Amino acid sequence: MTFSKYLVLLSVAVFAAVGDVLLARGMRDIGQVSLADVHTVVFAITNPWIIVGTLCLMAFFGTYLAALSWADLTYVLPATSISYALMALLGKYVLGEQISLSRWAGIALITLGVGFVATANSKTNHIASDAAPVAPSIPAFTEHHHDGSSRS
Amino acid sequence: MNTCYVWLGITAVVVTSTAGDILLAYAMQRVGDLGEIRKQRGLFTAIRAVLSNGWFMLGVACMAVSFFALLFALSWGDVSLVAPAAASLTFVSNAIAARFFLHEDVDRRRWIAALFVAAGVALLAQ
Repeated sequence: MTFSKYLVLLSVAVFAAVGDVLLARGMRDIGQVSLADVHTVVFAITNPWIIVGTLCLMAFFGTYLAALSWADLTYVLPATSISYALMALLGKYVLGEQISLSRWAGIALITLGVGFVATANSKTNHIASDAAPVAPSIPAFTEHHHDGSSRS
Repeated sequence: MNTCYVWLGITAVVVTSTAGDILLAYAMQRVGDLGEIRKQRGLFTAIRAVLSNGWFMLGVACMAVSFFALLFALSWGDVSLVAPAAASLTFVSNAIAARFFLHEDVDRRRWIAALFVAAGVALLAQ
């Protein structure tokens, strides 16, 4: 893992959180939408918050794909889930939402989970039967072996 | 009956979004390191390599189905149940599916991470 790869993982989380918060902010201008009135949803697309939010979510998808191209899915998902904590904090400080005690507990658990994987290998040796590397240029491909081989 | 529909909807969201994530991850593993491709042959080549991949398109289709399944589930149940339940169960099902379909070595550390994040997401909804 190089510094720039950690930067990509951070961008995945930041773009996801900022994108969702911008969409939420934009939908406040629109109000409640029922599935029946389609024209309200079309109108929503012209809202500047929604436009920037959608651009952020597109950037999220691009950086997410980039991360998946050099790291395991079971690494990328927990490592970028810090976005849930970011989203809750942005909700509090930007949108003025309340954070209850159990939400703080949720944020703490997610942060712990992120810490668990982010410091470990991003790319594990795949299980023996499927060991042929599909992408030979992956620099983080590591020779480190994990202990538990008894999982089925 | 109603609760049954809600959990059916949640299950549909979890299954389709897991399938989407697995297919996208598989597609990107086959495409290879996007950073390297971009450095060597330019951003346009990297984008084309992704978009021309059939597994990627299948994954995006699953994500689209998952989005509509979420809309249906949200119309049957409360957002405070449906959204976090779907998100947090997806973390666990992704870990299982990555082990079996992507043959990723999901070690104890990653299991704990997936479970912590799943529990944390569930708590955020309170």
